[in-house]
Amino acid sequence: MIFVFVRNGFRALRRDRGALVLAFVLPLAFFSIFALVFGGMRTGTPRVDVAVVDEDQSAVSARLVEALAREPSLRISLKPDAQSEAGGVPANAGSFTAASAELAVKQGSLPAAILIPKGFGANPITFGPPGGRMVITILHDSSDPVAAQVVAGMLQKVVFTAMPDTMALAGTKYLDRFTGGLTPEQRNRIDANLARFQAWLRRRDRQHASPDGNALANGLVAVSIRDVVGANMRNPMIAFYAAGIGVMFLLFTASGAAGTLIDEAESGALDRLRSARVGMTTLLAGKLAYCAALASLQLVAMFLWGAAVFHLELVTHLPGFAVMTAATAFAAASFGMVLATLSRTRPQQAAISTLLILSMSALGGSMFPRFLMPDAMKTIGLFTFNAWAIDGYTKVFWRDEPVAHLLPQVGILVGSSVVLFVIARLLARRWEAG
Amino acid sequence: MGGSKAVACASRKEPQTRITSSDTGGGAGYSRTSVQGRVAPLMPEGTGHPQPALLVDAVSKRFGDVTALAAASIAVANGLCFGLLGPNGAGKSTLIRSIVGRTRPDSGTIQVFGQPADSTAARALLGWVPQELALYPLLTVQENLDTFGRYQGLRHEKLAEAIAWCLEWAGLGDRANSLMKTLSGGMKRRLNLAAGIIHRPRLVLLDEPTVGVDPQSRNRIFEMIDDLRRQGATIIYTTHYMEEAERLCDRIAILDHAHIIAEGTKDELITRSFGGRYDVAVSLAGPEPVVSEWARVQGGTLKDGRAHFSIARPVDIAPLLTAATGSGLEVNDVALHRPNLESVFLQLTGRELRE
Repeated sequence: MIFVFVRNGFRALRRDRGALVLAFVLPLAFFSIFALVFGGMRTGTPRVDVAVVDEDQSAVSARLVEALAREPSLRISLKPDAQSEAGGVPANAGSFTAASAELAVKQGSLPAAILIPKGFGANPITFGPPGGRMVITILHDSSDPVAAQVVAGMLQKVVFTAMPDTMALAGTKYLDRFTGGLTPEQRNRIDANLARFQAWLRRRDRQHASPDGNALANGLVAVSIRDVVGANMRNPMIAFYAAGIGVMFLLFTASGAAGTLIDEAESGALDRLRSARVGMTTLLAGKLAYCAALASLQLVAMFLWGAAVFHLELVTHLPGFAVMTAATAFAAASFGMVLATLSRTRPQQAAISTLLILSMSALGGSMFPRFLMPDAMKTIGLFTFNAWAIDGYTKVFWRDEPVAHLLPQVGILVGSSVVLFVIARLLARRWEAG
Repeated sequence: MGGSKAVACASRKEPQTRITSSDTGGGAGYSRTSVQGRVAPLMPEGTGHPQPALLVDAVSKRFGDVTALAAASIAVANGLCFGLLGPNGAGKSTLIRSIVGRTRPDSGTIQVFGQPADSTAARALLGWVPQELALYPLLTVQENLDTFGRYQGLRHEKLAEAIAWCLEWAGLGDRANSLMKTLSGGMKRRLNLAAGIIHRPRLVLLDEPTVGVDPQSRNRIFEMIDDLRRQGATIIYTTHYMEEAERLCDRIAILDHAHIIAEGTKDELITRSFGGRYDVAVSLAGPEPVVSEWARVQGGTLKDGRAHFSIARPVDIAPLLTAATGSGLEVNDVALHRPNLESVFLQLTGRELRE
C-alpha cells in the first residue's frame, strides 16, 4: 500500500513542471549563487571561542594569557570542557596541550587555538623582519574563516594595550642595540636597520595583498596561522553551502509534497480512499515515505551537483552522506506532514511553511553560518532542523568524522521525525469521520 | 423532531407530513414495482435475502447548531435503485457520508447487508462515488483506476481485469492513457463512477453523479447505472433532479430540512399526495371576473389567468368543458397534467424542489 502512495507521488511530480523546478532546478541555482557569492567572503564576528596553550609558562606569557582573557572579543579556554570530552578531547585532564587543542579544533569544539611557544617570554616582541622570532601559532578551522583573523588581530591589540611596558623594554633594548649613543657608526647602523625594516614592510605589504591569509598576523608579535581541518580540501566551503541550501529547499519540497494531502482532502479523494480499507496511519506513512524519498533525491542531486561543478568530495564521504541524508530527509518529511495536517487550505499551508522555513533557515545556518551569529541566536538555532543537519554534514564532509560521531545529529533528527509524525497523526484526526 | 422511517420501521413515530408506505403493511415485505419497464426484485421477509442491502435506523447528526439529519430511517432491498431526493442542504450527502463511514452519526445505527457500516466487511461491500471529482488530475485514467483498485485491495490479475472492465463500462478505453485533467467533464464524471465501483461492490452509493454534465453525458451515465443494476447491484442515488429520480429509481425517499418526509415508489408518493387525481388547466376567453366566478362555482381556482381543477379521471374533463360552453365562455386551451415528484415536493413542503 505504501508503494502505491510513493509511486503516485512520483507520477504526479513528473507531470508537474512547477514542482519539478522547485524541487531540483531552483535549489541548484540558489546553491550555486550562494556558493559563488559567499565562497570567499570575510566579515566581522562576535565573540570567538579560543583555546590557549601556554607552553612557555613564563611571567610574560602569563600576562599575555591574562590580557587575552580580559579581551571582550575572545572567550578563552585553558582546558577542555565536558563537551570536548564527548568529542574525544579528554576533559579535566589539565590544561590544553598543543595536541589536545588541535584535536578540539579539528572536531569543531572550538574554532581556533593559540599556541604560545616555549621561549616566548624571553623575546616576546620584535621590531623588524620575523626571522629568528618566537612565533605564536594560531590553529584554526577554516570553516569559520573569521575566527583566526579575529584572534590574530586581538593578539596584536593586546600587546599594544595591555603590555606597554613590554613594548618599552623591547624598544629600549632595540635602541641600545641599534644606536649605542648615536655615534656615526651607530647612525649608520640605524639607517641600515631602518632600510631593512622598510624593506620588510614592503615585503609585508606585498604579502598582505596575497591570499595566504597570514599577512595580518605579522605585527609586533610574530603569529603564524595554520588550518588544521580544511587545508587539504579542494573547495572547503562548498560542503557547508550544499548542506545549508539543500536543507532549506528540502523543507520547502517536503512541505509542498505533503501538501498533496490537502489537495486530496479538498478534491474528496481523501474521503474516498478513507471509505475504502485504507487506515489514516497507513495513508500518512505512505505520504511520509514519498516525501522522504523525494527529499533524499533532492539532496543527492544537490551534492552531485556540488561534486560535479564545485569539486565537493562526495565519493569519499558516501557512508556519512547516506546516513545524514536519510535522517535529514525523514525530518523534513515529518515537518511537511505536520504543516499539511495543521493547515486547512493550500494557501494557508504555503504561507505557514514559507514563514517557518525561512525563519528556520535563517536561524539554523542555511542562509549564513551560525558562527557569525550572536550566542542567543546560536542557541535558538539548535531548535531548527537546519542547524543539526548542517552540523552533521559538516562533520562528514569537513571534519572527516566517522559515522558513529553523527549520533547526536542523527538522534535529534530521527527523534524529531518520530515526534512530528505522531503530531501529524493526531492532527489528521480531523480527516477521520466526524 | 419526529423520526421518519419507511418500510421496515413503520412503527416508528413519524412527523405529520410523512407518508406511510401502503405496500409494507402487515410485514409482508416489499412490493413488486414496475419501473421503466423493469421489475424490482422482491425481498420478502424471512425468505431469499434475510436482511436489506442497507438499513438505516434512526440516524441523527448535528453540526453545531445545525441539524443535518433527524432520526432518518430507511431500508433498501437488495437489487433496488433507491433515490434520495431533496434540495441542496436537505441532508442527502450527510446520510451518504454516514453510510460510508465518513461522518459519525450522533445516534442511530447503519447496517450494510447485516454488517455494521463501519466494519471492514461492510466497507468491502460498499462503493462510494462522491459528488466531487475525487480523482488524481495528474494521473492517467488507467493509473487512477489502478490506484483506487489498490486502495480497495485488488492486486495482480484481479486488478487488471477490474481496470479493463471499468474502462469498457465507462467507455474510456481509448482514453486510458490520457491524464485525468485533460478529459471532458462527462468523461471525468464517468471515471469518477468507475473509480468508485472498481471492486464491484454490492451496494453502490452515487452522490449526485450527474452534477455539471451535459444531457448527452447524463444519458451515458444513466446507461452505466442501468448496466450496474442489470448486474444485481443495489444503488443509492442522491439527486435534486426530479427527472433523474423518476428515470432511475424504484423507490424514492424525499428529504427536506434533515427529515425524510416521504418514501415509496413514485406512483405511491403521487397517489398519497394527490389521491390519484389529475390537474386540469383551462384557458378561457372572457372577462376575468366572470371566468373567476365560473371557476369558483365549478370547484376550481383561477391562477395565472387559467382555471385549475382537480379531477379523478381524465374523462371528467368533458363536463367541465360543457359547463364552460354553457356559461357562454369560449375555451381556448385545455391541459391535463399528472402530478409528478416536483408536485409532491411542493405539496409536502410548500416549496419548489430547486428553491
